Amino acid sequence: MARTRYFIIWKELDHGRRRVLQVFSFIIPLLLWSIISYCPLVWHPMVIVSDPGDIAHFKVDSMIKKEAFYRENAKAVEQHRKPAQGVPANPVYLPAPHEVAASFYKAFVTPPRLPDEPWLHQSLWHSITVILWGFLISSVVAVPLGILCGTYRFFAYLTEPFVEFFRYLPAPAFAALAVAVLGIYDGPKVAIIVIGTFFQQVLMIANTTQRLDPALLEAAQTLGARGIKLFSRVVIPGILPDVYRDMRILLGWAWTYLIVAEVVGNSTGITWFINQQAKYRIYDNVYAAIIMIGIIGLTTDLALAWIGSQLFTWKSKKKSVLSRLSAAYAASSRVKPKLSQEAP
Amino acid sequence: MTTHDVTLPSYLEQTPDVRARFRSISERPVVLRVNNLGKTFDSVKGAVQALKQVSFEVHRREFVSIIGPSGCGKSTLIRILAGLEELSAGEILLDDREVNGPGPERGMVFQGYTLFPWLTVLKNVMFGLEVSATSNGITGNTKEQEARDWIKMVGLTDFADSYPHELSGGMKQRVAIARALANRPRILLMDEPFGALDAQTRAKMQSYLLQIWKNVDVTIIFITHDLDEAIYLSDRIVVLKANPGEIQEIIEVPVEHPRSPEQFLSQEFLATKKRLEELIHPPREAEEMLPIIRMTQIGDDVY
Repeated sequence: MARTRYFIIWKELDHGRRRVLQVFSFIIPLLLWSIISYCPLVWHPMVIVSDPGDIAHFKVDSMIKKEAFYRENAKAVEQHRKPAQGVPANPVYLPAPHEVAASFYKAFVTPPRLPDEPWLHQSLWHSITVILWGFLISSVVAVPLGILCGTYRFFAYLTEPFVEFFRYLPAPAFAALAVAVLGIYDGPKVAIIVIGTFFQQVLMIANTTQRLDPALLEAAQTLGARGIKLFSRVVIPGILPDVYRDMRILLGWAWTYLIVAEVVGNSTGITWFINQQAKYRIYDNVYAAIIMIGIIGLTTDLALAWIGSQLFTWKSKKKSVLSRLSAAYAASSRVKPKLSQEAP
Repeated sequence: MTTHDVTLPSYLEQTPDVRARFRSISERPVVLRVNNLGKTFDSVKGAVQALKQVSFEVHRREFVSIIGPSGCGKSTLIRILAGLEELSAGEILLDDREVNGPGPERGMVFQGYTLFPWLTVLKNVMFGLEVSATSNGITGNTKEQEARDWIKMVGLTDFADSYPHELSGGMKQRVAIARALANRPRILLMDEPFGALDAQTRAKMQSYLLQIWKNVDVTIIFITHDLDEAIYLSDRIVVLKANPGEIQEIIEVPVEHPRSPEQFLSQEFLATKKRLEELIHPPREAEEMLPIIRMTQIGDDVY
């Protein structure tokens, strides 16, 4: 009986179960990774030599393909030489979880190899600024335009066909052009993110605006609102929470353009860091950097979601922290008048 | 079509009090005059006549209901009156001036509440006062005080700072009524306002509405498909028929004021209801039979 309660269509699970499953969504991939990394019987296609024996071209700590290792050993035994010893290992590009975990710290404290290269935190910050500039420039134009398109058919017909066409052009295709026009520094990178975000943004915001309940507009009209007041007092506040949600999604998409954008012109930011570490074959740092992008993205989104729930309390049943505080304050100051009311 | 034959008086018979009341109503100025109103829709099958030659007058502080079978265009009619849809023929005069488009002098209460979810009850009620051009001279404080008075009138003083999602359906509709009335409309249009409410809440709302109407200088046009509701609330009932929507009859409700739920069983009430039934569900020769084959055991009968 208890089993069936997990699998009911549309049925929300209780708080505890939900939490457990959410934690498991991270534990499962981590577990798979750990199995591959820590169980010598699973995969491990390489061998690290611990004692080369009499095999001349084996050295301590060198990594050799399993087949080659056993072949050479078999040959050695045949020729009555001492065979080599080794432990199974994964290729260098798949470090174990604990190594990646360690490099989370290591990567930040390791100074760059060349004096003029940036530290990891500088690379990360550079990436974040590129994203934010790209997203900001796109939003400043796309949000008002999208709202206009969603509100007035005039703007919708005037812009949407072209936008629909343009959004199929892959942003990276403009890389060469962006470099030619904007130089090799941050200009073209920001431009790629703008191109990647802008057109989706216009369509998404326009769509959201159109989904406003038309009955609210009618009600406002029968109350005497028209023209700009209808727009500023009904359309804008009505769509704000949904526009906010769209922006969260779009910010996530902007991150996906980052890696492409950062190799345009001179490579910078987290992409430069990843490529550089891969070049030095420090793959634990590569994984750490990739995971860091995920962590930054997820925490930003969670933070924005929380801020949204505080801003748009009328959407949720919950009260915002601010309003709860003010209610508590009001309640504490209301105690006395209540007594005096009862007195007469 | 009752199986018990009860002899009821004619719905046209009026007691002297009722007759005097109708005479005094007809002496009041006409607030709304609808002349030969027509509405045609363009559909894929060609033009469809939704309303044809609709003419009636509503006097000051009168309560007029519009009823009719589904598809008779009663919602279209009230939406045209509110200015939310355009008419194809005829004219609408409010205080002898032709009206065009929506305006605050014709308040509207919708079936779907349509409260602004991002505004508190107080702000919802203040909305009309804040946006309408006529109230520019009023200061913010006066507006708030006025809004609070309206909220008090519908009995929601404690909920002034609540958001719509925290209210029940009946409470939401009371806010919607207060919001419409705060604009001091000449006429209040109500489009099946209690249609989404359960029977108990609906009865309560009807009595609230009668109290509000008694105490506020407002003329009400009320759309409903509930015959009891129409009789209970109205002075007159405009009965529409479908395809095309035309006026069948305008009935003067012979039930005395003040109204109370006990009157549901009075002779005048039942006589009026009988007449409405005849108009809206005309007697048919035989009941339509579904082509159902018997799927139960012999002897296993429900009646």
